[in-house]
Amino acid sequence: MTFDEIYRRARTQWESQYTGEIPHVLIGTATCGRAAGSMAVLEAFKHEIEGKNTRAQVSEVGCMGLCSYEPLVIIIKPGDFSVCYHHVTPQVVPQLVQGYLLGDDACLELALGTVAGGGGEAVYIPELERFNQETRLLLSQCGYNSPLQIDHYIACGGYRSLSKVLKMKPADIVRIIERSGLRGRGGAGYPTAAKWQFCSKAKGKQKYIICNADEGDPGAFMDRVLLESNPQAVLEGMAIAAYTVGAHEGFIYIREEYPLAIERLRLALVQAEAKGLLGENILDSGFDFSIEIVRGAGAFVSGEETAMMAALEGRRSWPEYRPPYPVESGLHGSPTLVNNVKTLAYIPQIIEQGDRWFRETGTKQSPGTALFALAGKLNNTGLVEVPMGTTLETLIYGIGGGIRGDKKFKGVQIGGPSGGCLPESLLNTPVDFDSLKEAGAIIGSGGVIVMDEDNCLVDTAKFFIDFSQRESCGKCTHCRIGTWQMLDILENITTGKASVADLDLLKDLAEDVKSGSLCSLGKMAPNPVLTTLRYYKDEYQAHVLEKRCPARVCKELTAYYILPEKCERGCDHCVLACPVEAIFSDDKGLKVVDQAKCTRCGSCELVCPVEYNAVVRLSPVNLVPPDRRTRPETTSKEL
Amino acid sequence: MTLRGAQPGGNLPGETLSRILIEERRHTRHLVDILQDIQAAEGYLSRDALLKVSEFLDVPASAVWGVATFYNQFRFSPLGRHPVRVCMGTACHLAGGRLVLEAMSRELEIEIDSTGEDEEFSLERVACIGCCALAPVLTVGADVYPRMTPPKVEEILVTIKPAGASKNKEKRK
Repeated sequence: MTFDEIYRRARTQWESQYTGEIPHVLIGTATCGRAAGSMAVLEAFKHEIEGKNTRAQVSEVGCMGLCSYEPLVIIIKPGDFSVCYHHVTPQVVPQLVQGYLLGDDACLELALGTVAGGGGEAVYIPELERFNQETRLLLSQCGYNSPLQIDHYIACGGYRSLSKVLKMKPADIVRIIERSGLRGRGGAGYPTAAKWQFCSKAKGKQKYIICNADEGDPGAFMDRVLLESNPQAVLEGMAIAAYTVGAHEGFIYIREEYPLAIERLRLALVQAEAKGLLGENILDSGFDFSIEIVRGAGAFVSGEETAMMAALEGRRSWPEYRPPYPVESGLHGSPTLVNNVKTLAYIPQIIEQGDRWFRETGTKQSPGTALFALAGKLNNTGLVEVPMGTTLETLIYGIGGGIRGDKKFKGVQIGGPSGGCLPESLLNTPVDFDSLKEAGAIIGSGGVIVMDEDNCLVDTAKFFIDFSQRESCGKCTHCRIGTWQMLDILENITTGKASVADLDLLKDLAEDVKSGSLCSLGKMAPNPVLTTLRYYKDEYQAHVLEKRCPARVCKELTAYYILPEKCERGCDHCVLACPVEAIFSDDKGLKVVDQAKCTRCGSCELVCPVEYNAVVRLSPVNLVPPDRRTRPETTSKEL
Repeated sequence: MTLRGAQPGGNLPGETLSRILIEERRHTRHLVDILQDIQAAEGYLSRDALLKVSEFLDVPASAVWGVATFYNQFRFSPLGRHPVRVCMGTACHLAGGRLVLEAMSRELEIEIDSTGEDEEFSLERVACIGCCALAPVLTVGADVYPRMTPPKVEEILVTIKPAGASKNKEKRK
């Protein structure tokens, strides 16, 4: 079958579902949707439609990136608005089916907005302000077209680029990518075309392509969303890259912790092979390319390209010295091209729309878009795609909707354990590869975690070092022992045992680990510590000099205290909730926390009724009045 | 070879093992894949299974052990019937995941990263499970519990296993 025939069939199929006579229900069932309960909503829709006089179809789709609104449902109705509903539960499904699917009531009280775009154009919800600030290239069809149906991808322009490049010279393809200025989205921002060029020129009978889907940064999930929502784009990108460099075998190295992404990728592979878009003699061009999915086994360091190749060879995932670079001598000693999921997913669009089109978005040095996972203390969390060069302020206050509650912004951690923490004064920093690096952070994996006044930056730095220390593969001494020692010092700071000299030692050690490690895991592990030392020195000093945790997070420096003037004598909530019986009543029946027994679990603060709001955290601990610190001898005897 | 820390075990039927150790996988590059399949079938990697893999691939048991212990995914003792995993990703940490983990350990009376003596529950800390918008999150088996707090820990344990849960509460009474 020629590509035009494949396209025509797919388009007919797609149009019947999206623009035809039959209503179509789309339910977001990516991992985040499922966690919010979308599978029960899917069942409820199927059950509700059964036996009704409608031919309405129900499809599972991926994720639109609107995490805080999950579960999401879109109802496409012939001749009427397509409406997106948020926080859908099985209980409201009958109302939606009776109201909008069968009737004329759009159930506006449950709606998030209407849905516009689709069919190749980026899908958006005009009623949501955030879409004005986003430019969706990679997420264009996510949460709208079904990742379970290859026809949806083909009908909206998919695999056209592959059919086009199979008639082109590899050098011409490299030139398009070069002119587009595409930089690798794995974090480092290395020019993609240069890698392709080296690999295509490298001598070797056998060459390999590896798609790096080992997204290990805790707090980043862009690759997962892409693979769960639009896996075909990644497969097509891989096929184009393979043709360009002359590889016939490809691997997708994906985290085992992403079972749904693996499942959807497997299905996507089978469907692409069945259509002759992967496998032997692709589209009668004589070009063969097959892809194997390899599950990672839970090691952060495997995301480093040489460590990943060691894992693929069945060895311990240890990074190697470079050069030789993988493009010359990689997997099994053969030239190997390693690209990130997002990088590969851009390729079909750049080929299709041209390098100039790609350069219309973003900055001169960093063209295109950036994908971020917004999490932390924000009103709107989720996945966003913005032009490179958008400021942090727009990201946090525009799209993210600002800080949750009446809290004050404190810092934003970008790039996960390898990134840095930036303060309010740097919110006008544009997010692109070079500006962020200058500020001490990196785009890295793209995790953006926003912290408010209730978060302790020293504790956060400790969290990241703890992560890097656990994940250090052990090859380089500086990383293996240095991160361990850094953690030790941070532990002392957060428990009030450190001295001022320790702060200098910490900084020196951080610099040493940076320069003494082979791979990026070690080289970048000190970044969270270095940036917090640079921008939040006062917070470190409060811990060390005053034994005070300004955010009242560090347990050893914080005490739970019940304000007697607010406590209600008839109420026993905190006493019942305390797991260690640390709370007792004084002679007036007001509650007191026995500081010697308290484990600082925070249960009393959570259960204290809002009308009293009597439990507070105090730091330093000596703020607790001396007469309300422990249970007096006599009281305990009376009890 | 003792493979210190690996439990003997032998729950894995020979036919299951021979379905995993097929001829086209007789190459060290399939080692991780083989171990993953064995763990999926057996629930953990037993000493017996590891030795069979070493024999099958014709590599020293120490090499198999070295690879198996390198990766976080592999376990060498079985999980509980209700495996509890508390997410310790960044978003969950900032939202108080540590307190949830400690509450779970206290309520179940088992150490973090271990299985209870009755093998009813096991408790693990895991890196990000990608539900950052719902932080802090924990999972019991396949069920995800969003926006956890220490008091909520007690509530969900009651629904999972009414008889054995909340040992602390009874003691307090």
